Amino acid sequence: MDILVCVKRVPMVGGTIVLTGDGLDIDTRMSGFTVSPHEECAVEEAVRITERDGGSVTVLTLGPPEAAAQLRDMLALGARSGVLLETDGREWGPVATAAAIAEAVEELGTGTFPLVFFGTEAADTGGYQVAVRVAHALRRPCVTGIKRLEVGDGRLRAGRERGGALELFDLPLPAVVSVREGINLPRYPSLPGRLRAKRAEISVLTPRWRTDALRKTGLAVPAGSTQRAQVLGHGIEAVPALVQVLDEIGVLP
Amino acid sequence: MTVLCLLERDGDGFAGASLRALSFAAAAAARVGAALVTIVFAGGDGDLADAAATDLAVRGVSELCEVPSAVLAGYAPAAWARTLHELMASDGAVAVIAAATDRGHEVLAHLGAMSGLPVAANCVSAAPASDGGWRLVRQRWAGSLLEDAVLDAPCALLTVVADADADADADADADAGGPGAGVADAGAAGTRTDAGRGPLVRILSPAFEDADLCVVAAESDQAGGGMSLATARVVVGGGRGVGGPEGFAVLEELASLLGGVVGVSRVVTSEGWRPHRQQVGQTGTKISPELYLACGISGAIQHMAGCLGARHIVAVNTDPDAPIISRAEYAVIGDLNEVLPALVAAIRERAPG
Repeated sequence: MDILVCVKRVPMVGGTIVLTGDGLDIDTRMSGFTVSPHEECAVEEAVRITERDGGSVTVLTLGPPEAAAQLRDMLALGARSGVLLETDGREWGPVATAAAIAEAVEELGTGTFPLVFFGTEAADTGGYQVAVRVAHALRRPCVTGIKRLEVGDGRLRAGRERGGALELFDLPLPAVVSVREGINLPRYPSLPGRLRAKRAEISVLTPRWRTDALRKTGLAVPAGSTQRAQVLGHGIEAVPALVQVLDEIGVLP
Repeated sequence: MTVLCLLERDGDGFAGASLRALSFAAAAAARVGAALVTIVFAGGDGDLADAAATDLAVRGVSELCEVPSAVLAGYAPAAWARTLHELMASDGAVAVIAAATDRGHEVLAHLGAMSGLPVAANCVSAAPASDGGWRLVRQRWAGSLLEDAVLDAPCALLTVVADADADADADADADAGGPGAGVADAGAAGTRTDAGRGPLVRILSPAFEDADLCVVAAESDQAGGGMSLATARVVVGGGRGVGGPEGFAVLEELASLLGGVVGVSRVVTSEGWRPHRQQVGQTGTKISPELYLACGISGAIQHMAGCLGARHIVAVNTDPDAPIISRAEYAVIGDLNEVLPALVAAIRERAPG
């Protein structure tokens, strides 16, 4: 079975988020980019399914030309081909993104991918909706937040955590699934994988820009997120002071 | 004109997250002068306690729509959304609000797809704008960043984070100062019915397409994991500084001594040192303990997003310039492999046995 996995290029943020001068974006000049963690797991899950049952994995992203680098990272993990829906770098809203992806899937041949994977939510915008919107556009059933998946006999059995238990869904293919980190432990790219990824051809499509009714007007780092800890001391000499703090907090037996 | 709020069940009452979303919805309804209507999917055999329904009136709810169906009460995301979609149209809803839970996000995403409207997920505040839209503050990066946004849609579809409330809402109003802002009293609820009598109950029996009922949840007895971490009073966190899988013994010992559990950073699970169910962070479990003792954890944004709910953070780290030191209340600069055994010994000495 051929599987399409949709991934998103997001800034690689470390210990602090630095904003651009206009306060509208994250300053990425010193950081770089990566793929949202849930989606890396989605690629791993897809690769495992095709390794077991045959077929191949295609990765797709909507982003600037530089997002080809993230597609190649995923190709190095075992995806076979990449599709870039190339933008001019503006941030696309969820409605526009989903419409562009659904159009691309139809252009690639709706029947080509019985399974389309997403991450549950993008690491940066956290909109929780592109997978479901694409499912509706393709008239397919959809499950989200999935941490356990079995595929067989033209059906999916999917599990999602709810409280301390698991709720289960059973649905027919073709389907759309958004997965969550923890469903598997993604592999590290192999050297042959990296070489193949470097040479692989990436198809480029140009989606049509749509203005979203939800518009970002500014970003802010929440107040109070940069204080400085009171240093209790160095090494084991700090232990008495640490015990006293834990006692004050009220967590000692 | 209504503001519609989806209530998720918990036992014979409503989930805490839904009740917090309801406070948010009540403030929004008051501000635009709309009636507050709630909807719940119940089993239809009296499994929803009268007291829970009665309590809604005190919270400013004028009407409770009940969908009595054993199948739907289990959970069927598209069917829930179809019901909301019908109600949204028939009542002229100006906002549909749900808690920022898996179900809240999923149902509103379906509703967004059905109606062609965007969903603003993880809202912290919402205030009506002078031109008829909404000014929102919503979380990005799981709360490490806040986004100001305008939503220009005939009906606002919003999920609301756990720590948002009517007060945060009122603040947004005061800041904005636009013509439509600050007029209504955020503390006053939309429409009150007599307390003790409960809101009007409307029974719905919506019509579904086959596709709406294609995905229906079944409960399983398999453990999902991560729950004790989410609710633990003490979490002892370990990161790269622990050094390897064998290094967690002392963290486990300390955690059990403090009646808590061990949590880990993403690098620890990526290395395969500990299972993912112990991961704290944006893509792991969000914790809200009394104490988070973060050991050998640098404090990356993605990790800290999982411990925004911690009341006290104490860090043990060799690097005085690690980001965690700017996030913690107290810090010990040192090697956790020396500090933790000494801490365990000191606690045991203090309370023998």
